Amino acid sequence: MSHGLLGAAVIVAQILLLLAMSFSIIRMVRGPRAQDRVLALDALYVNAMLLLLTVGIRSGSLLYVEAGLIIALLGFAGTVALSKFLMRGQVIE
Amino acid sequence: MSRLDALPPWAAILVAAFVLLGALFAFVGSLGLLRLENFYQRVHAPTLGTTLGTFFMLAGSITCFSVLHGRPIFYEILIGVFLTLTTPITLMLLVRAALYRDREEGSQDVPQLTPKD
Repeated sequence: MSHGLLGAAVIVAQILLLLAMSFSIIRMVRGPRAQDRVLALDALYVNAMLLLLTVGIRSGSLLYVEAGLIIALLGFAGTVALSKFLMRGQVIE
Repeated sequence: MSRLDALPPWAAILVAAFVLLGALFAFVGSLGLLRLENFYQRVHAPTLGTTLGTFFMLAGSITCFSVLHGRPIFYEILIGVFLTLTTPITLMLLVRAALYRDREEGSQDVPQLTPKD
């Protein structure tokens, strides 16, 4: 019974995270300004990483944790580069 | 789902609670990102997902894999440490950029620089 509970909880969590990702995408499409889109992208990659962690728990494999670490690294680099671009108009000067 | 059957019931219930709490925090954070009024209010909302949401999800993951493998597995903490270090940096850069852009446009919603600055 407790394993059925765990399976149901993971599926509910995945649905919640998918809803969270779609909210971020709606905000990214609606804007209204460039900084809102960058912020939405930041929230989107964090939600995607959490979703990957729930997939890892569901399949019982540790590989997904490493994939989540890579998403966190690349997302940080992307958001910093985009913020730099908004500030200066170029990334590397 | 087959490998998860090796989890004892107390661990299954604990992992289920952690995962649900983490997803709930991330959901509320993104809902705030969608619903709040202006950019400076919206900046606050997604940090709920990056702090508490990630914390609970990682706690669930650590519990699950430590019990499954029969030894403590802690390297999920790397994600938590990394996100805790980087989120303030990215958001500070982003808000500085947004403030700069708003001031350049002469927006009345943000405090202007005084001349002696």
